Amino acid sequence: MLRYAYYPGCSMDSTGATYKKSIEFVAEKIGLDLREIKDWNCCGATAAHTKDEMMALALPARNLALAESEDLGLDIAIPCAACYSRMKYSLHAVRTDEEKKEQIQEIIEMPYEGKNDVLSFLDIFSTEEAMEACRSKMVRTLSGLKVACYYGCLLSRPHEVTGGEDTENPMDMDRIVALTGAEPVDWSFKTECCGASHQVDVPKEARPLLDRILRNAQANGAQAIVTACPLCNMNLDMRQAEINEKMEKKYNLPVYQFTELLAVAMGAGAKEIGLHKHFFPAFELMKKYAKRAGENG
Amino acid sequence: MDDCLNEKSGKNLIKQITRETGVVLHDCYQCGKCSAGCPMAHAMDLMPREVVHYMQLGMMDEVLKSKTIWLCATCHTCVDRCPNDIDIPSLMEKSRQEAKRRGLVAVKEVDRFNDIFMENVKLFGKSQEVILEGLYNVSTGHFIQDMENVPHMLSHKLIGIKPVMIRDRGAVQKIIRKTMKDKKKK
Repeated sequence: MLRYAYYPGCSMDSTGATYKKSIEFVAEKIGLDLREIKDWNCCGATAAHTKDEMMALALPARNLALAESEDLGLDIAIPCAACYSRMKYSLHAVRTDEEKKEQIQEIIEMPYEGKNDVLSFLDIFSTEEAMEACRSKMVRTLSGLKVACYYGCLLSRPHEVTGGEDTENPMDMDRIVALTGAEPVDWSFKTECCGASHQVDVPKEARPLLDRILRNAQANGAQAIVTACPLCNMNLDMRQAEINEKMEKKYNLPVYQFTELLAVAMGAGAKEIGLHKHFFPAFELMKKYAKRAGENG
Repeated sequence: MDDCLNEKSGKNLIKQITRETGVVLHDCYQCGKCSAGCPMAHAMDLMPREVVHYMQLGMMDEVLKSKTIWLCATCHTCVDRCPNDIDIPSLMEKSRQEAKRRGLVAVKEVDRFNDIFMENVKLFGKSQEVILEGLYNVSTGHFIQDMENVPHMLSHKLIGIKPVMIRDRGAVQKIIRKTMKDKKKK
């Protein structure tokens, strides 16, 4: 059964709008039941861990404890890579360190045993059950569209926390995206860092990180980048025009969430999932490639 | 201030950091793989491997004064590729916290951003991207940074005027207060 406790994270209320809409569309199609955790708070990413280890563990733990207190035995689904990472740290600490577990419970003033797992949306969509459910709902194909699947750092590293099997060349998103008929390219920057908050506080030093990711994707024949995180997505999408202008580049890479590709292949209209909300124009490319399934050319 | 700078207290601090992070400094044989793969290396004044080397030599003041500890993006590429599993991101993190306690902040913008981020969370229980960027710009004097994107955000309703808050803000404030209790500047 595709049922999970759901922690959307703060970006979903603002710049993650297209991610949120496409998740809702796909969830409805495949019967993915997401139960939002009541009165969840910010997980503290990307600042709390720079201040204090226990703060960074306790802020996410309050959410995990709230989910656990509902006693539904549901694993927790998290669409943002940064939230996912912080939640995983808390879960990891509670499961492996008795002393930290006690400290965390004392700080949040709630019991928390770490009973349920923390899952990224890639974890969820790459299960056989979800893949099969998606496959059966495809009404369009994106055949011929070449995409670079960008995972970023936090979905895979550190592997002892995430449990990620391949930190250099993960394949979950590639497999999910391939369901739509789109063709994931082989490229080298899948798990390179996009700079996260350094794009705001030290932009001059951090822009080259985005430049390198865009350059490698384009050099390997990608026509678009696909992400699984509102922050990675915003960094690559919102700052691409600026990089083209100030660094004299000619990147032409719309940046989609993987759920947007799934939603389009399941028949979503552009407005329904917010394709027009992208900073870097994303509608034309999708229009060019999305064809009714079974149609040739 | 600067009480790390004498030899003894510097060494004590290194002992404390290695105890808390579980890092065994002499496991590092300076192969440099961490620095070759670091995405922020181009902007750093000390390479990640040099941070470890200075700590091996007991020279903690060089580390605390560096820009490197503030520029580390905590992406974990270094430790992932390290043949001896040296947890460099944790060394950077503890060093950053200790540097701040001693009033040594080599890259003020990073520190400011993190402070404002947490103030935001304390107030609302959630992070408000637009308030965060606005306050950050005003407090650092970078008034127009990223402002070219605001019209798009407003017209596509990516940001709103009304802050989104959680109900139990007290619970979040308590977490922050309890964990920051012993973090005041010396």
